[in-house]
Amino acid sequence: MFDAQSIQKDFPQLRRNIHGKRIVYLDSTATSLKPTAVIRKEDDYYKRYTANVFRGIYTTSEEATAEYERARALTAAFIHAGSPEEIVFTRNTSESINLVAYSLLTHDLSPGDHIVTTIMEHHSNFVPWQQLGAERNIAVDIWGITPQGTLNFADLEKLVTRKTKLLAVTAASNVLGTINPVSKIVRAVKQLNPKCFVLVDAAQAVPHMPVDVAEWGADFVAFSSHKMLGPTGIGVLWGTQDVLDTLHPFLFGGEMISEVHVDRTVFKSAPHKFEAGTPHIAGVIGFGAAVEYLSALGMQHVRDHEEKLVSYAMKQFDRMGGVTYLGPNDARIRGGVFALQVKGAHPHDIAQLLNEDNVFVRAGNHCAMPLHESLGVPSTARASFYVYTTEKDIDALIVSLQKVKNMFG
Amino acid sequence: MDLYREVILDHYKHPRNFGHLSGANVTSEEINVSCGDRIVIEIAVHGSGKTPRVIADIRFSGEGCAINQASASMLTEKVKGMDVGAVMKLTLDDVQSLLGTTLTPSRVKCAVLPLEAIQKAIVSLK
Ligand SMILES: Cc1ncc(COP(=O)(O)O)c(C=O)c1O
Repeated sequence: MFDAQSIQKDFPQLRRNIHGKRIVYLDSTATSLKPTAVIRKEDDYYKRYTANVFRGIYTTSEEATAEYERARALTAAFIHAGSPEEIVFTRNTSESINLVAYSLLTHDLSPGDHIVTTIMEHHSNFVPWQQLGAERNIAVDIWGITPQGTLNFADLEKLVTRKTKLLAVTAASNVLGTINPVSKIVRAVKQLNPKCFVLVDAAQAVPHMPVDVAEWGADFVAFSSHKMLGPTGIGVLWGTQDVLDTLHPFLFGGEMISEVHVDRTVFKSAPHKFEAGTPHIAGVIGFGAAVEYLSALGMQHVRDHEEKLVSYAMKQFDRMGGVTYLGPNDARIRGGVFALQVKGAHPHDIAQLLNEDNVFVRAGNHCAMPLHESLGVPSTARASFYVYTTEKDIDALIVSLQKVKNMFG
Repeated sequence: MDLYREVILDHYKHPRNFGHLSGANVTSEEINVSCGDRIVIEIAVHGSGKTPRVIADIRFSGEGCAINQASASMLTEKVKGMDVGAVMKLTLDDVQSLLGTTLTPSRVKCAVLPLEAIQKAIVSLK
């Protein structure tokens, strides 16, 4: 049985008291807490088998290489990839997206090509396309949303043409909470233009719900370890073997080559040709433990838990009054993230007052300034949930929000 | 922690010198993009050449958090009648003593934005 209260015991930081009070961590959308299993696994590499991967014919290097590649296999199985070779380790979601922007599009654009992204993207799935567009003089079109905060399907036909090179879309918004119907989007795009690449920013999806990349049918999927109980400094880019093979390397150096001569170099095959230099070995190994931890919980259980919390939170916000949130009010298409507004209170003041009760939320535009601008909202105070979040935590949020309301309302 | 003392909330809810100044001879605007704070300062500076240049009147407008707005309200009260040279010497410490509190690093920029706007206006006087 999924029990968030007992899951909390696996997270040492939740045992910490500040000013004699427990922590209510409601910022997992920014980064998640880490369970003991992950911390131990990373620590173990440093204590017992520190060695570089791939090059050593001695015991500890072989152990490190095996653990590193095991993490790749675990990750592949976790998202139903065709093989471990489809998993490229990067630094984070942002780097995964930049890799595609540089490797694919810098080499492979014709005059008149254009790119489509959406208004609900995180800057990391927006700025790379905008900059590439400016640099290469190609148009970047923006897919808009409905008043409910869902992508406006009626517009897709007008946006995707024979000249659309790539469509970049998030699987779940880090502000609106909206869960986008990725399979449906990919099918519609490929029908309009079978050659159009689809890149999915899954930074808020892979940590929170079952993801099957085969079922999605996209060309690229990007996500971050640190948002799914793993260490910071590790990201994933998934691509089909075919597509990865045709892609140019993005960084050059050691580990990514099979032959170097004075006048030419032969690169390794994917994924290694994208992993130049010594990687963050401990991070990848720790990430493997995070994937195992989540697999043991079961991703459908994780999603069910969060959906219940979303319903509960919406009910509490409505009952309280004076507090509103962006995005849809249907728990079935919402992730556990609420960008809140309280009448008369600036988001900074909300976050600061909540901090006095050890209720940790984030204030600002959450790296989604185009979205905030399009909604005419300068900033919001965002509360987000994960596997260790309980209804009690949401109750604590409500009590603190009530104080904000009393002070500023 | 006692950041939201009565006096700060009072300045936030009833800001002094809020609005526009018809006789202003210098204005400036500062924006804190990451939090969406924006402040506009309008100042009437009297005196030139050898006579001391003083802030005869001042107004502010814009939107921001309680710390930002209270800081603007208190600062405009303080600098009215002051020599511009003395205003250029004001620092974060002065803002913190007006607010009657010390700020955590994430809130410092909210509090100093009005001071930066005022000093930017004075610099542009020349
Ligand atoms: C939807 C989404 N995309 C991308 C990112 C960027 O992730 P990272 O900072 O790990 O590159 C985030 C992180 O906030 C996110 O929420």
